[in-house]
Amino acid sequence: MAEEHKARIFTLVYRTYMAAFLLYLVMPLLAAGVFAFNDSLFPTLPWQGFTLDWFFNDSEPKLGMFHDGRLLRGLTNSLYIGVLVSLGSVFVGTWNAFLFERVDFPFKRFLYLVMVVPLVIPGVIIGISILLFASMVADGVWAVLGTSPDWLRPGIPLIVLGQCSFLITITSLIIAARLQQFDISQEEAALNLGATRQRALFTVTLPYLFPAMFSAFVVAFLVSFENFNTTMMLVGSDAPLSITMYDRIAKVGSTPVLNAVSVFLMVASGLLALSSVLVQRKRP
Amino acid sequence: MMRSDSSKLALFLLMTPFFLWIVLLIVLPQMGIGYVSLREKLGPREYAFGPGNYIDFLMEPIYWHTLLRTAWMSILVTVLALLIGFPVAYYIAKIARQRSRTALLLLCLIPLWVSDLVRAFGWIVLLRESGLISGALQWTGLASGPVEMLYNDATVVIGLVYTVVLFMIVPLYSTLDGLDDALLEAGYNLGGGGFTVFRRIIVPYAMPGIVAGSIITFMLTAGSYLTPILLGGKNSSWFTEQIYNQFITRYNWEAGATFGVILLAFTSLVIWLGLRLTGQSLATTVAKG
Repeated sequence: MAEEHKARIFTLVYRTYMAAFLLYLVMPLLAAGVFAFNDSLFPTLPWQGFTLDWFFNDSEPKLGMFHDGRLLRGLTNSLYIGVLVSLGSVFVGTWNAFLFERVDFPFKRFLYLVMVVPLVIPGVIIGISILLFASMVADGVWAVLGTSPDWLRPGIPLIVLGQCSFLITITSLIIAARLQQFDISQEEAALNLGATRQRALFTVTLPYLFPAMFSAFVVAFLVSFENFNTTMMLVGSDAPLSITMYDRIAKVGSTPVLNAVSVFLMVASGLLALSSVLVQRKRP
Repeated sequence: MMRSDSSKLALFLLMTPFFLWIVLLIVLPQMGIGYVSLREKLGPREYAFGPGNYIDFLMEPIYWHTLLRTAWMSILVTVLALLIGFPVAYYIAKIARQRSRTALLLLCLIPLWVSDLVRAFGWIVLLRESGLISGALQWTGLASGPVEMLYNDATVVIGLVYTVVLFMIVPLYSTLDGLDDALLEAGYNLGGGGFTVFRRIIVPYAMPGIVAGSIITFMLTAGSYLTPILLGGKNSSWFTEQIYNQFITRYNWEAGATFGVILLAFTSLVIWLGLRLTGQSLATTVAKG
């Protein structure tokens, strides 16, 4: 009887712990979210009533995020960077998946390790390494031609390259995992039925890979959109949203418009993540 | 003959993007930092080659204090994340009912999809002087005036654990999920108590997950920037902040590159030690995580 009593207390304590943990997880997100709807100039209690002003109002002092020029520019820059980065890293990731799953070549195990390494390099260091290397190349070009291309200076192109450098590892791993499960006899069947290699690739293999490519795209996009450490070293005059928002927190402190941006980011990334799950589910 | 030529060509084509990526975006830039860190600035456009920047680092206590502080706090955060995350992962994998498992795991993963910035901002809204918790403390009478909870080490640790604990839970969950309940029962039947079963069966079984989670957690913490700066204030003395200051604020690329090499060497060393001590390999560990 005592044993059972002890077990019950144990379960109770354990459940309380889990509840406390989930509360810890949710609390900051809730705090960031709720005050986007408070009709007050500061993101704090007391509750002054519900409002959508921090999203849609078009005049100071309660300038909503969709009328705030700098935030909007940051948002467009982030979208632009995110799409380029995701396209690039899904493209290279797909090639890498075929390289490591389909063919044999010398030093394959070693090169696979090399492929994984970018994940363990801190983002700040990736940032400074790309910045340094690009400026060394620019100096070299300058010495020869007397001019050097602008895209080697801090700005969107360097941000895209910097983010791709570690995201390619992630997309490669996601796509390779799916390709590994592919039953090669499906492709052989297509070839036996008279399809060319190219046609077999485009009608059998790539459609099979599509869900993995899509979720690799979503993951890359989300990571790119949120990335700060690599981006801050490479940012030029066109800052993405993460940098704009950081500057606002560091300079202005907390204003409810940042809560509104937080809500927007949470909803958007939630929907994207959900879409990726759905695409994965649809084609088992 | 034709065939082997064409398959060689195919292999070459297949390898091109891989090598372009690895060489141009990883290997050469990393060598670039190494090179610049060994370049001593004598005057404008005048350089000598040597370890001077590293000697400067060692001679300036502020620099290596910051590194040691970052290291020590990262280890603390990793240990805390393990202690907090392990029961959670174990609960989801072994105790929760099958149906609530997925829901719990998804619930735990939600913050993963929210950017660091939003999470740090959430903590600021909660903890600052005019924030929610300070307000609640005054309202309940536990505090007589506003309480500032930002800008101290405890807050930084809480915030860092928050950002990384999920990267601990996921690998732990995936290893614990494979643990056969029969093993646990066997342990109990052979007379082991709860603690013995935990120490002799569960922990050894979960070791790959513990290592993978700890490596990822440690690396993310040591390389983090936003959380220590925003929650710890401008003078939080975090090593990545030093790198940023040297590079962007003071435009001293030689010192910045040196700090970068030191941080990379340091995190690599810890990761290597972790793998070595537990007999795991990087490819399997990180790819799984």
